[in-house]
Amino acid sequence: MWEYSDKVREHFFNPRNSGPLKDANGIGDVGSIQCGDALRLMLKVNGQTEVIEDAHFQTFGCGSAIASSSALTEIIKGMTLDQALEVSNQNIADYLDGLPPEKMHCSVMGREALQAAIANYRGEEWSDDHEEGALICKCFAVDAVKIADVVTANHLNTVEEVTFYTKAGGGCTACHEGIEEILAGIKAERAGPGEVSPPLVSPVPAAPAAPVSAPTAAVGTPTPSRLTLVQKIRKIEEVLESVRPMLQRDHGDVELADVQGKTIYVTLKGACSGCMMEVATLGGIQQKMIETLGELVKVLPVSHMPVEA
Amino acid sequence: MEAIYLDNNATTRCDPAVVEAMLPFFTEHFGNASSIHAFGSQVGKALKKARGQVQALLGAEHDSEIIFTSCGTESDATAILSALRAQPERNTVITTVVEHPAVLTLCDWLEKEGYVVHRLRVDRKGRLDMDEYRSLLNDRVAIVSAMWANNETGTLFPVLEMAAMAAARGIMFHTDAVQAVGKIPIDLKNTKIDMLSLSGHKLHAPKGIGALYLRRGCRFRPLLRGGHQERGRRAGTENSASIVALGKACELASEHMDEENTTVMGLRDRLEKGILSRIGHCFPTGDVSNRLPNTSNIAFEYIEGEAILLLLNRLGIAGSSGSACTSGSLEPSHVMRAMGIPYTAAHGTIRFSLSRYNTDTEVDRVIEVVPGIIAQLRKLSPYWTDDGPAANPEAAFTPTYA
Ligand SMILES: Cc1ncc(COP(=O)(O)O)c(C=O)c1O
Ligand code: FES
Repeated sequence: MWEYSDKVREHFFNPRNSGPLKDANGIGDVGSIQCGDALRLMLKVNGQTEVIEDAHFQTFGCGSAIASSSALTEIIKGMTLDQALEVSNQNIADYLDGLPPEKMHCSVMGREALQAAIANYRGEEWSDDHEEGALICKCFAVDAVKIADVVTANHLNTVEEVTFYTKAGGGCTACHEGIEEILAGIKAERAGPGEVSPPLVSPVPAAPAAPVSAPTAAVGTPTPSRLTLVQKIRKIEEVLESVRPMLQRDHGDVELADVQGKTIYVTLKGACSGCMMEVATLGGIQQKMIETLGELVKVLPVSHMPVEA
Repeated sequence: MEAIYLDNNATTRCDPAVVEAMLPFFTEHFGNASSIHAFGSQVGKALKKARGQVQALLGAEHDSEIIFTSCGTESDATAILSALRAQPERNTVITTVVEHPAVLTLCDWLEKEGYVVHRLRVDRKGRLDMDEYRSLLNDRVAIVSAMWANNETGTLFPVLEMAAMAAARGIMFHTDAVQAVGKIPIDLKNTKIDMLSLSGHKLHAPKGIGALYLRRGCRFRPLLRGGHQERGRRAGTENSASIVALGKACELASEHMDEENTTVMGLRDRLEKGILSRIGHCFPTGDVSNRLPNTSNIAFEYIEGEAILLLLNRLGIAGSSGSACTSGSLEPSHVMRAMGIPYTAAHGTIRFSLSRYNTDTEVDRVIEVVPGIIAQLRKLSPYWTDDGPAANPEAAFTPTYA
């Protein structure tokens, strides 16, 4: 059974605001019976103040779907519609002291129901832009659709790159085969029908020998010529700047600590330090450094810096 | 309140007599069966006895037809891979859509490796179409692998007939009998089954011990090569304590076979009838007239299985579900989908699987509490109104597909 927090259990066993809501004036129905989750959120909105005076839910779903729905109604009661639209799925998960990675989609469903209900109140059409695929990486809750999107958008070729962009594959490695399959599928599409590998060949462990092209424009083109130390540090800072948003999204950060010869020491902060991702993150940064500086460098955590005598 | 364990198809409690039999093999009888000295030969004798006990339960002709393995999954993989390697001129596997992942996932992988896999479909009750099966038997088929009993519904496949049909075409036949062994009588010497997988932890032996029956004369290639253990058919120093335990468990299973098909079956039937008669909009899945004596799988419409399990668990009752959530995927159980059970019901399937340790009082208690749990969850369901499913449930609630 999943590891549910006490808060999730409590909201599941004693759901708040469940059942139909008489005179609701905003209703959002979302979910998919195929996947086993569906949620109807009912709002009673004050026409003058746009304050949500009451909120009820009906949910077909598992323990965390019911708990997320219950939490959502508690969170939004008393909010104005504009405030409610700011509520993210992370807020719902945080309210419940976290959800297991496999269950994060329950909180996403809650947020979508909220958007749908508000759109319904305002007489707008709501369409769902979120597509969910099979969960590939359980360590970091990354699904197939997300991986495929990132691979296509950034022309990724290897599992390592996918890990760098999405974290998928940076933990127990159990999902590497799944990621390889997605990569192989997209590669086959890119190649066109002529180049598809014949069926009798075993699945390709995608690892092209050719160097990987720099994935984002911000990084700049490889510079083969010698750099002065100042130029080099500027380039290094540029690379760190380009990865920073991704780390910050996960409540982490990175700082340059020192450059000693061909070794760059960095400080990983917040959620990144000590997490399973540290190695993968550093590996990814190192790859970018090599591409940008045009020379082989090593990126190490500051803890590896030799202590001065 | 004592906990009530109704998840015996997932795993069983070790019989105390089994534990007692195996314990000395951790202490005084620690020897390696391959050694010449007294420490080893004692263990060797114990293994021989255990092999005989497994042979007896299966009705195998020779004890050398029993190969000990680490689990049911290993036995399945050994059987299928062996058939393919021993007959390189044949590239096809016939199996069914409702197999356990131990077989299905292996077959998916074999397909990627270039083999041809035919998966026989099932009807609404989980039954095979024997004409379809017959039409697929040809000289390209290396092996047919069909489960004897389905782990989710308990539905039995006509493996004796299927094995005979395969044999008539010179095709090897394997059955995953992990759920059947110990629950229904088996007499392999009078069948055309070439290979059979079993797993100890489904019949009151410990986890991590299994066996493969390999008919004498059936061509074979080992999965694990190394020492000469199991006559070179499965290398690796024998798990002697667990093998002794499996032997004892098989002996006990033979003794309890009648009880399984009278008492346990009676409990199961009473549980099922009790639930079906007290709750509307629920139905048993699978081939109810032809299934294991201990298994009942009931679909509760308009609610989701994991939620049911959590509420049962709070009352100390353990079962399992075919919902997407508990299968760890986006889709509900492949077995329910294969039988065409609609999504509104497939997500709400609950499997109750009993054993000889269950009692009348336990069954009464479950019958008493299940209606309340189902009603409580239906009250939360958007597919349900005050006293029944929304007039046209599928139309009353049509969420935006997320
Ligand atoms: C039908 C079937 N086959 C195979 C297995 C796998 O057995 P084991 O857990 O011993 O590998 C199981 C157990 O869940 C099963 O029910
Ligand atoms: S599942 Fe992806 S790294 Fe563990």
